Amino acid sequence: MADIPKEEFIFKTTSACAGCSSSLCLRHILKAAGPDSVLVVPACCTSVIQGIYPNTAFNIPVYNVAFAAAAAVASGMSTAFRATGRKTNVICYAGDGGTVDIGIQALSGALERGTDFLYICYDNEAYSNTGMQRSGGTPLGAATTTTPGGKSEGKKDLDLIVEAHNPPYMATACSAYPLDLYKKVKKALSIEGPKFIHILAPCPPGWRFPAGKTVEMGKLAVRTGMWILYEREHGELTISGASKNAMRKPLPIEEYIGKQGRFKNIDQRSIAILEQQVAHNIARITREAEGIC
Amino acid sequence: MLTIATGNKAVADAVKDARPAVVAAYPITPQTEIVEQIANYVASGELGSRYIPVESEHSAMAACIGASATGVRAFTATSSHGLVYMCEMLHWAVGARLPIVMANANRALGPGWNIWAEHTDSLSMRDTGWLQVYVGSVQEAYDATLMAFRIAEHTNVLLPVMVNLDGFALTHITQPLETVDPGDFIPPMELPHAIDITNPVGYGTLTPPGEYYKFRWDIERSMRSAAEVIEETQAEFGKRFGRRYGATEEYRCEDAEVIVVAMGTLGKEMEIAVDTLRSEGVKVGSMRIRWFRPFPDLDLEGREVVVIDRDYSFGFGGIVAHAISSKYDVSIYSVIAGLGGQEVTYDDIAGFVRDRRPGEEFWFGVDA
Repeated sequence: MADIPKEEFIFKTTSACAGCSSSLCLRHILKAAGPDSVLVVPACCTSVIQGIYPNTAFNIPVYNVAFAAAAAVASGMSTAFRATGRKTNVICYAGDGGTVDIGIQALSGALERGTDFLYICYDNEAYSNTGMQRSGGTPLGAATTTTPGGKSEGKKDLDLIVEAHNPPYMATACSAYPLDLYKKVKKALSIEGPKFIHILAPCPPGWRFPAGKTVEMGKLAVRTGMWILYEREHGELTISGASKNAMRKPLPIEEYIGKQGRFKNIDQRSIAILEQQVAHNIARITREAEGIC
Repeated sequence: MLTIATGNKAVADAVKDARPAVVAAYPITPQTEIVEQIANYVASGELGSRYIPVESEHSAMAACIGASATGVRAFTATSSHGLVYMCEMLHWAVGARLPIVMANANRALGPGWNIWAEHTDSLSMRDTGWLQVYVGSVQEAYDATLMAFRIAEHTNVLLPVMVNLDGFALTHITQPLETVDPGDFIPPMELPHAIDITNPVGYGTLTPPGEYYKFRWDIERSMRSAAEVIEETQAEFGKRFGRRYGATEEYRCEDAEVIVVAMGTLGKEMEIAVDTLRSEGVKVGSMRIRWFRPFPDLDLEGREVVVIDRDYSFGFGGIVAHAISSKYDVSIYSVIAGLGGQEVTYDDIAGFVRDRRPGEEFWFGVDA
C-alpha cells in the first residue's frame, strides 16, 4: 500500500456509523482522485456522513443533488469544465437506491452520451440512509424493513445494464480490498469518457453483523463468489486477483450469509437459487475472461 | 438585424446572442423548435455552446444545475409536462442560487393530451422561487430572453428566470423580429459561489432548522431586489435598443373605470377589445401582466377589474385573479378562458367586459 498518498480528503469527523465501509471506500477513492476533483452526491448515506452545515468533514468540493439527478448534474458539470478548459474529475458517489432504482435513467443517459465522468455506486444493498428499506439492489432472501419476511426477488444486475452501454471502463470493487479499489479509480480517471465502478459496501447495522466485521464480511462476499472483482477496459475483461483465487474453489455461501442477521430466516430454496446464481456468474465471468463468450 | 421569425426562433436567436456555455435540451411540443434551432446554431458554429442532448427534462434541469454551478451560463427550454417533470430540480436551482435561464412554451397538461396554450404549467411552479415573465409577441420573446440572462446573473438576484410564451399562439406564429448585438449589455457571468477546487466547500449539505430558514429568507430578499433589477435592466435595454418594457403593459388605462387583465397573447388581444369598447363609450383599459414573479405593483385601486385566467387552481379559482385579490381591495370579475388552447377572440373579451358581474367567476364556454 506504499503508493497510496498520505493526504486525507476525509477527516475523522464524519457522522458515519461504526464500521461503515462506504466512507472507508471514499477515503481511498479521493486519495486516488486527488484534489482536482468534485464529488457529486445524490441523497444517500454520504449526504449525512459529510457532516452538518456549516461544517463538512470532506476536504474536496461536494455538490449535493436530488436523488435522481446525480449523473445528469455530473453531465452538465463535466461539460462545463471541459468547455472552459478544466480537467477537473467529476465523480458521482451514489448508493444503490440512487443508482439501480431512482437514478438509473440519468445514469443510462449520461453513459450513452459519453459523458467524461466517473460514476461510483457504493452498494450496501438497501436504502440504508432511510433505515434499511428494500432496493433493487437487495439480494434474494434478505430481510429489510419493507421486506420483513425476506426479499422474494433477486438483486438487479446493475453491471449487465451498465455493460450494455459499452463504457470504456467499468469495474467492480469491494471495501475489503482498498488497494484494488484505489488502482481501479486511478485507472478509471486516466481514461476519457464514462467510467463506472460498482463497489460492494457491507453495512453493519443494515446487514446486522458486528461493526468490527466489515472487512471480514467483504472478504467473505468475494471468497464465496457472491461478489466477483473484475474490470472491463474497452471491452476486455480481467478478473482481479482476489476473485481469481476465490473462483477456483469458492467457499460455501453459508459462510457469508450465515454471518448476517438479514438472512436469518432465509429458506433452503432461496439459498439454492443464490448458489445457482453464484455458479452461473462465476461461469459467465470466467468464459468472458477466457474469451469464450 | 430586422427579420421575421416565430416565437421559438426568437428565443433561439436570443440564446445565440447571449452565448451560454452549456445548453441542455430535450424536445417537447411546442418548444422543440427552440432546441432544434439552437442545435443548428451549434452545428454551424454560429454558437459556441456545448449542447447536451439529455434523456429527460429532469436531467435537462439537472445538467443546467451542474453546468451553472461551475460558474458558466446555462440555458434550457421546455413546456408543460416537461416543466412539471423537472419540478424538483426547479426548486433545486433556486436553493442552489443558480442563474439559469429557461424558456417555457406554455401548454396544457394531460390527460387528455393537449398541446395548446395554457398557463397552468408555469403557474403551478410559481412557488419554486423562479422569476417568471410572460411575453406577448415574437419581439418580446427575444428581448425578454436576452434580458433574462442579465437579470438572473445580477449579483443582487442570482436566481433562475423562466421566460413564458404561449404554445402555438406565440411559439409558432411569425412576426417581425429585430435582433441586436447585446455587446456588454450582458456582462460575463460571475458566480460568487462557483465551484472552486482551491477552496473546497460542501454545497447543499444537511442544513438544520436553525440555519435553513436563513437561506430561504435570502431567496426572498433577492426576489425583492429582483423587482428593481428588472426595472433597471428594462430601462437600460430601452436606452440601448429602443424598446421599452415595464412589469406590466398598460393600454388606455389612465382614465379607465374598468381594467381587463391577462397574461401572454390574450393580453395583446385585449387591446383590440379595449378600442371596440371605448368606441361604445365604455371607459376601459387593459393591463397585461408581464412579470408574475416577483409580482408587480398594480395600479388598480378604485377600478373594476376583469381578470382573464388561462389557468385554474382547482377548488380555489383563477390564479391571476386570486393573486390580485390577495393584494388589492378591488372587485374582480374572474373569467376562465383559453384553457387547452380554447379560442378566445377580442370580441369574446369585449363581451366579458360588457357582461361583467363583479365578484363572480365565469367559465367561458361553460357558463351562460
